[in-house]
Amino acid sequence: MIQVRNLVKAYGDFVAVKDISFDVEEGEIFAFLGPNGAGKTTTIKILTTLLKPTSGSVRLDGLDPSVQHNEARKRFGIVFQDPSLDDELTAYENMDFHGVLYKVPRKVRGERIESLLKLFELWDRRNDPVKQFSGGMKRRLEIARGLLHTPKIIFLDEPTLGLDPQTRNQLWTHVKKLNEEERVTVFLTTHYMEEADRVAHRIAIIDHGKIVAQGTSQQLKEQTGGETLEQAFLSLTGSTIRAEDATSTDQMRNMARMFRASSRGNKK
Amino acid sequence: MSAIYILWLRSVKRYVRSKPRIIAALGQPLLFLIALGFGFGPIFQKAGQGNYIQFLAPGVIAMTILFTAIFSGIELIWDRQFGFLKETLVAPVPRILVMIGRTLGGATIAMIQGLIVVVICFAVGFRVTDYNKLPIAIVVMILIAIMFTALGTAIASVLSDFQGFQLIMNFLVMPIFFLSGALFPLTNLPKVLDVIASIDPLSYGVDGLRMALVGIAHFGITLDLLVLCVITAALLGTGSYLFSRIQL
Repeated sequence: MIQVRNLVKAYGDFVAVKDISFDVEEGEIFAFLGPNGAGKTTTIKILTTLLKPTSGSVRLDGLDPSVQHNEARKRFGIVFQDPSLDDELTAYENMDFHGVLYKVPRKVRGERIESLLKLFELWDRRNDPVKQFSGGMKRRLEIARGLLHTPKIIFLDEPTLGLDPQTRNQLWTHVKKLNEEERVTVFLTTHYMEEADRVAHRIAIIDHGKIVAQGTSQQLKEQTGGETLEQAFLSLTGSTIRAEDATSTDQMRNMARMFRASSRGNKK
Repeated sequence: MSAIYILWLRSVKRYVRSKPRIIAALGQPLLFLIALGFGFGPIFQKAGQGNYIQFLAPGVIAMTILFTAIFSGIELIWDRQFGFLKETLVAPVPRILVMIGRTLGGATIAMIQGLIVVVICFAVGFRVTDYNKLPIAIVVMILIAIMFTALGTAIASVLSDFQGFQLIMNFLVMPIFFLSGALFPLTNLPKVLDVIASIDPLSYGVDGLRMALVGIAHFGITLDLLVLCVITAALLGTGSYLFSRIQL
């Protein structure tokens, strides 16, 4: 369902993704794990048509997302790592907006919005503007929205960041159900190893833009001699905290921006 | 079609809900009408040019549409920074439709602000000379609104934050307004100013509006409409192209 070959993404001198290759089969739940700044989100952005790769090839259900944008976009749904709601609109309006863009028929749209908002306990607040929501509520709304249409592939980029255990449980139960009943392929990233261990069929570990290991959770544990996935993860990626941690993407963007600005500087 | 509609609806909803913005945006035209209109009125009269409020009002209406439209277009930068842009960019909708929906939404807001300023103009003593030409005035207003929303979108598509915003305001938007003949007649100008005014698209908008509302024309309505249509189409094309190339 997803094929990535020798993918490279560079921002000026900084190489975010260094020659990675992997496959995700149809109906598989695939976890993409890595420390902050490892290149997970960049890879997802390339897969979801938001970024063009520097080199290498990407196929999504046989389509090239950097060329056949629209066909590719019809295949997937995504829950982004960072906020993507319109704060001025209400919860219901955000859902409805999404439903219209994804051409979910009006009747089905109404029913699904209701059931998803109820599932994530936002139904009572459906007519409140999102700007009045807490961080956790916004996150829940993003997830509910990402599940509104049933695509062939769902990308979940750290969907459980900042969520309480109840909501995490709801989310994974729902995702597993979609995967089992509708054969939806799931591509997820997370920092919670026990989540990946629980839901993912296969796992790839990425560090410094390179895939350092892939296989089932069991294989990764055997390969590293770790008892838990967390131990396996740490032995593969080391235990040093990344200096660039929380802002690595921002730094990358800033570098890219500076680069663009300097190349445009003369015109200004 | 439904994609265009929902994007349009979103823009309009956001506008209707931000009352402070509506009111704030009306302060400037009011100030221009009172300070310039009444301030320069006597001099204008003595120079034999007639009633300055009559002359100025179409310029101030055009100004309101220009500013509101540019800001609506540039709002794209907000969407980029607050993340909502991603939601529309990964949707299975051709980006040109997203761009058109946004632009029509922004243009609608600019039109509403423009119409409110028309009412304010009436309140300070402005009178339309020939009501039969009102439809022409509306067409000109719509063209100005679409043209500059498209320009704002085109600019915002290549800017990733508000750093360059002051630059755009001071070196593009302000000159477009001040050099357009919104405030002064375009006759007997120094050569340089005359050339600049004739390449400023807003000059044709102001001229068309002035002709339709008070019967004063410099370029003539045919040329006005022709230039407005061509530039609007060109900016829509450029805006769509740049918008479709956005990467996040």
